[in-house]
Amino acid sequence: MTQLGQAAMIFTGAALMALAAKERSWRTLGIAAAGAPLLYRGATGRWPVPEKFAQSASDAVSPVPIEAAVTIGKPADELYRFWRQLENLPRFMKNLDSVTESDGRHSHWVGRSPLGFKMEWDAEILDEREGKLLSWRSLPDSDVQNAGTVFFDQAASERGTVVRVSLDYQVPGHFFGQAAGKVLSGITEQQVREDLRRFKELMEAGEVATTEGQPHGVRSFVDIKNPI
Amino acid sequence: MRAVCWNGKEDIRVETVPDPQILNPRDAVVRITSTAICGSDLHLYDGYIPTMKKGDILGHEFMGEVMEVGRAVKNLKPGDRVVVPFTIACGHCWFCEHELWSACDNSNPNALIPEKAYGQSGSGLFGYSHMMGGYAGGQAEYARVPFADVGPLKIEKGIEDEKVLFLSDIFPTGFMAAENCNIQPGDTVAVWGCGPVGQFAIQSAWMLGAERVIAIDRFPERLLLAQTWGRAETLDYEEVDSVVDVLRDMTGGRGPDSCIDAVGMEAHGTTLGARYDKAKQTVRLGTDRPHALREAILACRKAGTVSIPGVYGGLLDKMPFGAAFGKGLTLKMGQTHMMRYMRPLLERIQNGDIDPSRLITHRLGLDDAAWGYKTFRDKEDDCIKVVLKPGSHGHVLAHGGNGREH
Repeated sequence: MTQLGQAAMIFTGAALMALAAKERSWRTLGIAAAGAPLLYRGATGRWPVPEKFAQSASDAVSPVPIEAAVTIGKPADELYRFWRQLENLPRFMKNLDSVTESDGRHSHWVGRSPLGFKMEWDAEILDEREGKLLSWRSLPDSDVQNAGTVFFDQAASERGTVVRVSLDYQVPGHFFGQAAGKVLSGITEQQVREDLRRFKELMEAGEVATTEGQPHGVRSFVDIKNPI
Repeated sequence: MRAVCWNGKEDIRVETVPDPQILNPRDAVVRITSTAICGSDLHLYDGYIPTMKKGDILGHEFMGEVMEVGRAVKNLKPGDRVVVPFTIACGHCWFCEHELWSACDNSNPNALIPEKAYGQSGSGLFGYSHMMGGYAGGQAEYARVPFADVGPLKIEKGIEDEKVLFLSDIFPTGFMAAENCNIQPGDTVAVWGCGPVGQFAIQSAWMLGAERVIAIDRFPERLLLAQTWGRAETLDYEEVDSVVDVLRDMTGGRGPDSCIDAVGMEAHGTTLGARYDKAKQTVRLGTDRPHALREAILACRKAGTVSIPGVYGGLLDKMPFGAAFGKGLTLKMGQTHMMRYMRPLLERIQNGDIDPSRLITHRLGLDDAAWGYKTFRDKEDDCIKVVLKPGSHGHVLAHGGNGREH
């Protein structure tokens, strides 16, 4: 486990337990229960489970295939051109801060993991077919290993273009073990879907729908029943 | 600004919150001159719509003056007077291009929640839970209006707010309910619920050529308004053993050609089934009380249409689907495709065909919103429709039932 990971665990575990302590009730018991093992692992380097089980859980995590698709009412060429301009990607990929193209094939990516940690990686384009598809993979020594293809296929009877992303994604933070990795990949798959939805909004409506920054009245500190 | 905020079941508070800002290029900010409490707001008030958060600004029936527009809004300018539809639509997706505005693909930032619950998400709505977008609503002094180049309808000066305010929801909603009935010459239309949407459905059924309209409710002032303003035959369901039997008799054994459920998920009833619904909803074993809908399906003539403007949210128990199938019924429902109807209905108002302000029983300042919600929900004081005036800081401006006056 990295020092960063350890510090993050202690912080997250302590924060969750503090949150639970602030509102002592049955409702917050679950938060405390989630915080305690993190705190333990952060402090001791071990999960509070039998050693044998912990060992098997932290074995190498295999890449998780992710598939998602969206139909966008624009021609494939137009969508492809926007996507191929890699600097555009952070406009609809929420966890991406920047993409810098160094040459026609190579680019540097800066973003955040599903849990919010900053990550950087270099990627290369493996295949590109104008208006059809774009394939890439991350280079060795990246914070996050991923390889994927985005396909642009004409939809039936003037319904635009089906944009399909196929992604192999090495879940970061594998110290969480295989089970946690599955959860993270679920979160990641949801993020890919949300990114595609934002791509559609940007292409069709010209902007991404948002409520961030709108007014509201006094919120409650924790709203467990309604997390959104 | 002052805004009406949801704070939990039956807990409405008027709070001071920051003024809304332009957040996207196609936004506008509107200073609200009139805003109404909708029957569907009562489902929020009663705590039956999930994904509400303490502090959410309510309200989706509002109009006012444009204060500011984003750089991509070319058809509006500060000073324009507009009615804002409750559905938010981008205008460019497949659904908007087919005039299915309430099915817009691009206006719900939280589309993933209805996708999990419903399979796909409808359009974003003002002030109607985070599942429907989490947009701040219009029971406030100001509101941000997304995609302002698509939704808001410009209103010329010289026609008062109260005549056009209901173009924001309930008039188009009642009209679409009647249009969904596919009314043919000689048709009888039965309407469950004589609240505001039911009243507009009655008015619209006549406009679309109905031969007879039968209205069903239990509150005398609402039934009276359906008789006087609506020219409908009325039926008090508390006074009959079986609404279905009475309707069958009234229609010579055929059943009404079309049935409109303008009640929705919190129906009241006198039968065992209605009491069972209430018990289950109370302990959260059921999400909806579809008593009116069951009656509408059972009453409707063979191969007729059941049109549902009333709101439903979840899983409906003991639905007589066998009856719907056995009679070959058509069911039509959903949030209103607002922008189809706003301009043509404005013309009907301008022509003097209809005066929607006849519905209004209560005019309140914004600070009286909590009283307005309770009074409307409990049908006290002969309350049928509450309009809030954000500009005025007094207390109750005017109230009292108007049903008997007409």
